[in-house]
Amino acid sequence: MTEAPVLALDNARVSFFLRAGEANVIPGLSLAIQQGEAFGLVGESGSGKSTVALAIMRYLGRAGRLTSGRILFGGRDMAGLDPAALRAVRGRQIAMVYQDPMSSLNPVMTVGRQLMEVPVLHDRAGAAEARAQALAAMAEVELPDPAAMFGRYPHELSGGQQQRIVIAMALIARPALLIMDEPTTGLDVTVEAAILDLVRALRERHGAAILFISHNLGTVAQICDRVGVMYGGELVEEGPVRTVFRHPAHPYTRGLLDCLPTLGRDKHAGALRPIPGQVGSPLARPPGCIFAPRCAFVQPGRCTTHPIPHLALTPAHRVQCVRAAELPAWARPRAASAGAPPEQAAAILRIERLGKRYQVQSLFGAKGPGVIALEDVRLVAQRGRTLAIVGESGCGKSSLARILAGLHPASTGIAELDGAPIATLPVERRPPRLRRRLQMVFQNPDATLNPSHTVGYAIARSLRRLKGLSSAEARQTVGALLESVELPAEFRHRRPHQLSGGQKQRVAIARALAGDADILLADEPVSALDVSVQATVINLLSRLQSARGTTLIFISHDLAVVRYLADSVAVMYLGRVIEAGPAARVFAPPFHPYTEALLSAAPNPDPDTHAQRIVLRGALPSAVDRPKGCVFSTRCPRRLGPICDETSPPEQDLDGLRIVCHIPTPDLAAAQSAPRRP
Amino acid sequence: MPSDANTAALAPVAVPAARPARTGPGFAHTLLPLASSPPAMVGIALILFWSAAALLAPWIAPYPPNAPDLLALADPTPSARHLLGTDHLGRDILSRLLWGARTVLAVAPVAVLGATTLGSLVGLVAGYYRGWIDVVVTRISDIVLSFPVIILYMIILATYGSSALNIILVITVTKAPIIARIVRGITLELRGREYVAAAKMRGERPLAIMLTEILPNASGPLIVDVCLRMGYTIITIGVLGFLGIGLPPPDPDWGGMVKDTYGLMSVWPHMSLFPCAAISSLTVGFNLLAVGLREIGLRD
Repeated sequence: MTEAPVLALDNARVSFFLRAGEANVIPGLSLAIQQGEAFGLVGESGSGKSTVALAIMRYLGRAGRLTSGRILFGGRDMAGLDPAALRAVRGRQIAMVYQDPMSSLNPVMTVGRQLMEVPVLHDRAGAAEARAQALAAMAEVELPDPAAMFGRYPHELSGGQQQRIVIAMALIARPALLIMDEPTTGLDVTVEAAILDLVRALRERHGAAILFISHNLGTVAQICDRVGVMYGGELVEEGPVRTVFRHPAHPYTRGLLDCLPTLGRDKHAGALRPIPGQVGSPLARPPGCIFAPRCAFVQPGRCTTHPIPHLALTPAHRVQCVRAAELPAWARPRAASAGAPPEQAAAILRIERLGKRYQVQSLFGAKGPGVIALEDVRLVAQRGRTLAIVGESGCGKSSLARILAGLHPASTGIAELDGAPIATLPVERRPPRLRRRLQMVFQNPDATLNPSHTVGYAIARSLRRLKGLSSAEARQTVGALLESVELPAEFRHRRPHQLSGGQKQRVAIARALAGDADILLADEPVSALDVSVQATVINLLSRLQSARGTTLIFISHDLAVVRYLADSVAVMYLGRVIEAGPAARVFAPPFHPYTEALLSAAPNPDPDTHAQRIVLRGALPSAVDRPKGCVFSTRCPRRLGPICDETSPPEQDLDGLRIVCHIPTPDLAAAQSAPRRP
Repeated sequence: MPSDANTAALAPVAVPAARPARTGPGFAHTLLPLASSPPAMVGIALILFWSAAALLAPWIAPYPPNAPDLLALADPTPSARHLLGTDHLGRDILSRLLWGARTVLAVAPVAVLGATTLGSLVGLVAGYYRGWIDVVVTRISDIVLSFPVIILYMIILATYGSSALNIILVITVTKAPIIARIVRGITLELRGREYVAAAKMRGERPLAIMLTEILPNASGPLIVDVCLRMGYTIITIGVLGFLGIGLPPPDPDWGGMVKDTYGLMSVWPHMSLFPCAAISSLTVGFNLLAVGLREIGLRD
C-alpha cells in the first residue's frame, strides 16, 4: 500500500430525500481500492451496494445526495468535478458494467459501431483506428470471429456474448477503475463461469482496479482479492477474501455463509440455518449496531446503545462488531449426507416419450419447421419425494412444468398422474378432483400474486375452488393455512405490495396447498430471493413435504439448492433429459459431461476448494437448429468424434442412474473420479 | 436511472409489522395523493365548478334559458342586467351556459361510461382469447376508427334523428374501439402473468379471470383514459351541436349556441366566445385531472 489508492471513500454518507423524509441509505462508508486490486462488495438486496457504485459515479439522481464525507478517485474529489471533468472521468477513467447487458447496449446500432464510439469520443480517434481498436477489444474478450460479430446487432448475440461486448466497451478506454455491478447475475452458470474466467484473465493483463458488486459470495470468492460485506448500508466486515470466507468474524457474514446450501450437503444432514428477521428500514436506524435485531450474539446494553466502531482483527481485516474478538470460532457447515438415502417409493407421476414442438404459423397458415422444446422425456416422480429438474435456460424445464400444470398441451407422449392422463389435458378441462392434486408455485414473487387482491382473497378463492368450501368455511381456514407456511394469520388483510419477496412466495405456497395438493410443482421458487430468505423457503418446503407427504417437483438451475432438497434429479439440456437418477448418484461420478461442467461451474464461497473449472465453449445452440446427434455435442469437452455429431447417443442404465452419452460409463467414471469435487 | 437505484436501495424496507393493514378497495387512499398535484387540483376545481353549475342551474340561473329579453336586443353586450350579455334572440347567455352544462354533463359521462364498458369487455375478450376472436374484433375496430367520425355521426344522426339517447349511442360506438384497443393491449400483457396462471390452475372461469384478475390491474391506465375521453367527448358534443345535429333546439347546448351566433362574430364576439370558453374550460378540466392521475400512477 505505497501508492495512493485508485479509489477511496472517506466516511461517505449518502441519503435519498423522499416525501417520507430523509432515508440515510449509507451512514458513513470508508474503503480504499489500490491499483490493480479487485475489491468485492457483497450483500443482499437493499444493503446499499449499488448505491455505493452510483455515488462513486455521481449518478445518484435528484433524490440522492452525498451529504458528507468524500469520494476520492485518483486523489481527486469527485464532488468537486465540473460537468466537463465528470464526463471525462465517466466512461474513460471509470467504466461500468451493469447486470443486464441488453439495456447497456443500443439495440439499433451494430455492436462494432458502439465499440468504435468509445475511442472516437474519448481519444478523438479516426474511423480506421477506432475500428481496429474495436476489433482488438472483441478478440480480447474472446468473442469468436470478431470480424463477423462486428456488424451484428445486440439482439443477434446471446446473453453471454452481449456481456462480453459490454466488458469490451468498458475496457477499450483503458479505465483505471472498472465497476461491475452484478455482471453475471442474469447469466447461466456455465456462461457465468466463462465470463468470470475472462474477467480474471483481463485483470492480469490490464491491471485496472475492479470494484465487483455481487450478491453471490461464490463469484466474489473467485474474482476478488479483498471483500467487503455490506449490511444496511454499512461495511460490517472487510478483509482479504480468504480470511473473510475462512474466518468470518461478523455474525452477519457468518449467517450468510451458514444459510447457503452447498454441493456437499443435503436435507438429511439437517435444516439450513437462515438469518432470523428482516432487513430494517433506512428511515429508522437504531442507535447501535444495525444488525443487532437479527443477531444471535447480541448483548443488549453493549450492542444497541451507540454506534459500533470498526475493530481491526489484523491490519487488513476490519469488523464492525464489538464482540468480534469474543465470538466462538466459526466452522464451515460441512456435514456430508447423513444416513442412507431413503428407499424408493411408488410412482405418482409417470412421464414417457413426452415431446413439445412449438409450431410457428405464418400469416397465411403455412407451417414452419417448428421449435422443439422437449424431446423424448422420460421421468418418474415418486410419492412423497422430491424430483428435481435441473438445467440452464432453454433446456425445456419450464416447458415441462407448463405441460404438467396443464397450461400448455404436450405435442406427443404420455404423462400420467396415478394413471390419469394429463399430458394434453388443459387445466381448464381437468376435473376438479384431478386439478386439486397438482398445483404450482411460480418463479417470480412479484407476479405470482395479483396486486389487486388481498392475501386472504387469493387463498380463500383457492380453498373454495379447489376444496369446494363455502365462503364462510374458506374464511375460517385461511388463517390456519397462513400459519402452516409460517405467516401470521393477520397477513390475510395485506396486499402483495406490503409483503417481502419471501413472504409472497410463502403465500403462493399456501395457495397451492389450499386443496391439499398431492404434487407441488415449483418452478424456480427461490431463485429470485436473497440467500437468507431462500434458506427459510427451502426449509419450509422441506418441512411441509415431510408433514404432508407432498410430492415435490422442484425445477431449478441452482445445483446447490437441488443437492440439498432433491431425492432424485433429472438434468436437462436442450429439451432432453441427459442424466437422471437418485440425487446422491447424480452428484457423484460417473457424470454426464454436461452435468460435470455444471457442477464445476457452480460458484462456491469456499476459498479452499480449488476446482479446475470446465469452461464450456460457445453458446447454447438454437432450438430451431438442434444438433443432429447428441444435443450436447457442439459444446462437449469430452466429445469423442463424428459419432457424437451424427448419432443419437444410447441411454446407459446403471442400476437406476441413466446417462445418455456415447462414452461408456466406466470410462466416464475413470476420467472423472480424479479428485475434483464431491 | 436514479429512481431505480432509489427503489432498489429501499426495496426491502419490507413491511414494518406496524403498517396499517388496508382492507377496503382503498378508493380514498388512491385519490388522496391527488391533493398534492397542482394540475389535478385545477382540473378538479373546473369540473366541480361546472358540475355545481349544472346541478344548481334552476336556482342560480338569473333567467329562464329560453326566455328572450327583447329590451336587451338593442345592446346585447355584457351589462349589469345580463352579466355575460344576451344572444341574437335576447336570451341570457349566463343562464344558457348554466343550463347547457346540464346537457353536457348528463350526456358525456353516460356516453363515456358506455364506451368504456363496451370497449373494456371487447378488449378483454380479444386479448384473453386471441385467435380468431381477436382478429375479428381488431379488424372491426380498425374499420370504425378509420372511418371519418364526423361523417359517421352525420349519417347515423340524420338517419335515426337527433336525441340525447342517439348521441350517447353514437359516441359509445365510435369511442369504444379506442378503449378496446387499450384494454386489449393491457390484457395481452397481463394474461401471461403468473397470477393469471394460478387462477386457471384453481379452476376459475374465463370470465371471472378477465373481470377479477385482469381488469382491476388495467384500471389505472383505464381511469386516466376515461378522463381524457371525457374531454374529447365534450368537444364532440360541442361539434355535433355546432353542426346542427346535436340536441334539438331550443334546449341550450354549448355547441348549438356557437352555431347560432358565429355569423355575428365580427359584431358581437361575446355571443360565441363565451360558449367556446365553457367547452374548453370543461375539457381542460378533465385533461388536467388525467395529467394528475397519470402523475400519481407513475409515482407508485
